[in-house]
Amino acid sequence: MARAVWDSSVGKKTVMAVSGLIMLAYLVVHMLGNLKIFFGSAEFNGYAHWLRTLGEPFLHHEWALWIVRVVLVAAVVAHATAAYQLSRRDIRARPTKYVHTRRRASYATRTMRWGGVILGLFIVWHILDLTTGTVHPNGFQSGHPYQNVIDTFSTWYGNVIYLVAMLALGLHIRHGFWSAAQTLGAGSRTRDRALKAIANALALVLTLGFVSVPVAVMTGVVS
Amino acid sequence: MKLTLRVWRQRAADTEGAMSTYEVDDISPDMSFLEMLDTLNEDLILRGEDPVAFDHDCREGICGACSLVINGDAHGPERTTTCQLHMRSFADGDTIDVEPWRASAFPVIKDLVVDRSAFDRIIQAGGYITAPTGSAPEAHATAVPKPDADLAFEHAECIGCGACVAACPNGAAMLFTSAKVNHLNVLPQGAPERETRVLDMVARMDEEGFGGCTLAGECATACPKGIPLVSITHMNKEWLRATRKAGKR
Repeated sequence: MARAVWDSSVGKKTVMAVSGLIMLAYLVVHMLGNLKIFFGSAEFNGYAHWLRTLGEPFLHHEWALWIVRVVLVAAVVAHATAAYQLSRRDIRARPTKYVHTRRRASYATRTMRWGGVILGLFIVWHILDLTTGTVHPNGFQSGHPYQNVIDTFSTWYGNVIYLVAMLALGLHIRHGFWSAAQTLGAGSRTRDRALKAIANALALVLTLGFVSVPVAVMTGVVS
Repeated sequence: MKLTLRVWRQRAADTEGAMSTYEVDDISPDMSFLEMLDTLNEDLILRGEDPVAFDHDCREGICGACSLVINGDAHGPERTTTCQLHMRSFADGDTIDVEPWRASAFPVIKDLVVDRSAFDRIIQAGGYITAPTGSAPEAHATAVPKPDADLAFEHAECIGCGACVAACPNGAAMLFTSAKVNHLNVLPQGAPERETRVLDMVARMDEEGFGGCTLAGECATACPKGIPLVSITHMNKEWLRATRKAGKR
């Protein structure tokens, strides 16, 4: 059955929908966690530490975090691979462009592919910056995420990369959430407006929530 | 009306094509778009040139033979078939671009004519029901709830013209296939093949080289019969259901 799903264009879309929704659910939690930065370094760092002790003593130290990481990497890989293969199919299916062209679908719909690439690159930078500290400016301090976040958003490029990526994220979710509902067969005539409203609300709330952190650092609200 | 036409001319499937410019004069606003092309062709024949090849049949908007992408829109600016599009939708002195359906699954045969037999093969894969032929069955023998009958009829309106594929940025045939799947899957007559129909038709659609759905919604906007975008959602649901059931067997 897994083979039949992966080999079908509709099945690959299903993989994209499910993996996308997993990532979306994670992002909601991630955004809410980020907002703890507004309650000071003790609460923010304490929250980060708690994430490592989550599930103990049933789970070993940091196991819950690693389970989440494994699931997320699997979701990203599945999402990106399906997107790449489906895009190849789509481009092959329409090799000749019309001479007379007009802009049609909404901006969010047209930017799904490049927006996805931007988000993929962002995730790599984001992990190297704030998880491993490899490209972190000003000396990465493990166990002190509050200071690390302030360091990142004290650089101009840190802010630019983050803001661009969060705008791309909002657009991606706006079309992606609604599309996932259609792919999974959850859409209907009566539910369409509600689904679009939820998609817009998720896009807006997540973008604003994430963007509030660099804006707070830039304006000195968080320092 | 006096118009400038820029028409895709291509001698054969394996030759290169290009847009050619023609002037047409004395066009009545009450003419259909195809009658306007007939006028152009009469002129071309009189001048000893090759007339523009285009598909047409019933010319009353029910057969699905006519096509043409007019100024970038499948079937032109009105939501109808090209044969039902009238020249009053254009202004005197306009320049109009006329192109064939563009999709690798719909190769150009000549000028504006494309080969749409990929649609026939999708129908062959599952667009049928199992019923004894011969005398018609008693009309009230199988009761169909009114909402189901309405839904089936809405999808049965699809004339298989291919405007959905032409309008889709991915050259996908999802709206066509979903119209055919939903039309039969919602009816008791279509129930015996409910699962195999959707699995086989979607598989055939993929094999024919159509693209995938990114829910841009261009197909439903272009459809002269108003097949709604949610039709694709219903087919996705049917496909998932059939895949789950096939997995259990």
